Amino acid sequence: MKNNLKAYFPLFVLPTLAAFIISFIIPFAMGLYLSFCRFTTVANAEWTGLENYRRIFSDSNFTNALWFTVKFTAVSVITVNILAFFLALALTKGIRGTNVFRTIFFMPNLIGGIVLGYIWNLIINGVLGFFGTDITYKAEYGFWGLVVLTNWQLIGYMMVIYIAGLQNIPRDIMEAAEIDGASKSQIIRRITIPMVMPSVTICTFLTLTNSFKLFDQNLALTAGAPARETSMLALDIYNTFYGRPGWQGAGQAKAVIFFIIAAAIAFIQLRATEGKEAHS
Amino acid sequence: MNSFKKTISCIAALSLLASLTACGKKDKEEADSPDSTAAAKNVTIRFLNFKPEIAPVYEEIAEAYNAETGNTLIVETAANNTYEQTLSAKMSTSEAPVIFQINGPRGYANWRDYCLDMSDSKIYEHLIDKSSAVTSNGIAYGIPYAVEGYGIIYNDAIIQKYFSLENRKTDFVSMDEVDSFDDLKELTEDMQANAESLGIEGVFAATSLKAGDDWRWTTHLANVPIEREFFDNNIDLSGDGIKTIAFQYGNNFRNIFDLYLNNSTVDRKMLGSKITDESMAEFALGKCAMVQNGSWAWSQISSVQGNTVAEEDIKMMPIYMGLEDEENQGLCIGTEGFLCVNSMAKPEEQQAAKDFLFWLYSSETGKDMVINKLGFIAPFDTFTDDEKPSDPLSREVLRWLDKEDVRTVPWSFTVFPSQTFKDNFGAALLQYAQGTKDWDYVTEKVITSWETESSF
Repeated sequence: MKNNLKAYFPLFVLPTLAAFIISFIIPFAMGLYLSFCRFTTVANAEWTGLENYRRIFSDSNFTNALWFTVKFTAVSVITVNILAFFLALALTKGIRGTNVFRTIFFMPNLIGGIVLGYIWNLIINGVLGFFGTDITYKAEYGFWGLVVLTNWQLIGYMMVIYIAGLQNIPRDIMEAAEIDGASKSQIIRRITIPMVMPSVTICTFLTLTNSFKLFDQNLALTAGAPARETSMLALDIYNTFYGRPGWQGAGQAKAVIFFIIAAAIAFIQLRATEGKEAHS
Repeated sequence: MNSFKKTISCIAALSLLASLTACGKKDKEEADSPDSTAAAKNVTIRFLNFKPEIAPVYEEIAEAYNAETGNTLIVETAANNTYEQTLSAKMSTSEAPVIFQINGPRGYANWRDYCLDMSDSKIYEHLIDKSSAVTSNGIAYGIPYAVEGYGIIYNDAIIQKYFSLENRKTDFVSMDEVDSFDDLKELTEDMQANAESLGIEGVFAATSLKAGDDWRWTTHLANVPIEREFFDNNIDLSGDGIKTIAFQYGNNFRNIFDLYLNNSTVDRKMLGSKITDESMAEFALGKCAMVQNGSWAWSQISSVQGNTVAEEDIKMMPIYMGLEDEENQGLCIGTEGFLCVNSMAKPEEQQAAKDFLFWLYSSETGKDMVINKLGFIAPFDTFTDDEKPSDPLSREVLRWLDKEDVRTVPWSFTVFPSQTFKDNFGAALLQYAQGTKDWDYVTEKVITSWETESSF
């Protein structure tokens, strides 16, 4: 049987491998190559070396977007995870209507980013309208608008992952702790959190990458207004690529840098949280 | 047990193979079909349309064209403000558009590898003003397909109501007397003061400044002072003189922009979320008396539910902003749409595309569509004098074109640098409207952004 499977190995791997090569390896290699080129469409490109990478820093758009993205990611990773964790905790206590609440909190995650962006744009402008202003007035409005939106969208999803983690904690450990006289906060800190560390790893990874790569919500909610102060990296790359003839290569170069940063963050974060997981 | 597993794995492997071959077969069939139609001399032409508001008309044109010639026309339309994106994406595919549009010399610079020489095409032969085509080294690459005009559109019913007011402070009796910025300002401010008795919320519709909806100011309104700057300094628009501007008539821009902001239906702090459609709806519903827009706006106005503006009341006047000799200033009339044929397409597709363009602008069916459905004022000599669109705004454009001693303001915004310039300009205008930045900031943004965006 083992030999049999080995013989079939190439055949079984082939579809996935082909899909991976066609939809990831090839576009990635092309993207890398194009970041060193001047081009209008991907079919005709002319090698220009490092010129594109120099042009990225010819204005402050990229660094501003990077800084805004970092701030946003830091805030939303913390808020999403904390809120999702406590929601999960509350919804595993067996209170009435648990399933209804879980469904409701999960639902925003099923709505597309652009739609969410428009919905929140209307809500926020409706509220700010009472004060005679709107979301484009100050970068802070856009920033907190994005944080609220992201929280609303991601909390439900992360909550489901935390619930799964919480339900996997063996009852006997909890009971033993209670009998030993541990207080509620002690149980949470010493037992619950260490036991759900795998969920924490997954959730921080998901929120980190999702917030860092945020695009549709950003486009629909603020589109960068005022000026480009609330543009995140993905939106800035998009605007560079499409908004400035002759800048497609620079946009591509920004995308390569974006990829390197995102990959590095994800890698470091996985290493850091994996170390804390309880290996039982 | 073992043999059961074996059977299962065999079945799985077989079904995989089957699905793989099934895919292969399907691809082959798809690849075959265009060839077989080509053999029947039925060429498929792909056209990437720029204007979403007239997309349904192109569907009709495609049907009519197919019925008359047997060729298939596939019209795809880019959503508002996404033409460049859609075009770059489609150009790299095997279903690249054969006919596409560029927005003038700047667009040509970006797409020159894809623009076919149109000098020997019939459509170019019939172009009335050959200099209006996009050319490079004497070769025509982009053919203008519609002459359009813009200015300040006003609702004459409301103006007449104002003229009949007893307590008004001005003594105009006709809009023909309003021929300078000072007159316009006087009229506007007094109308605003009497807004309640006129039944309007403000004289001007909202100055839409949401990102992506600021083109009426960053492109159209800005054209007036910047065109004058080029004109006064004798700048050759095809040369390097357009790489920098001084924005010397910036204060004139500010004059009219302030007038729009301060006498409007909407508070100036709330403009960051207003879109053009809302402004047009306000005009159509009679909530305001004036709106800056162009001849293409009629279909938009007439299709608003509950539209109260009568066709005969809709008029257009030039955008006065206090420039010299402005009593002779006309509407801004020109074109920013230039049709190009894809030089990378197959020769038979290129020929078919040229034939289609000529068919559209010369055959009875085509001309009828152009005049009555698309509402274009076509710049070709295949149209006789009475073959002109009959919608009220196009009629206004023609009326102003016929006026003697009036200098029509050409469309110089085709040499404006990238979309990024316009975005930066629009963002600065919004900050000015909201009061977070002063006018000097706007001026500086315009000048510096123009220069950086022109340098590539």
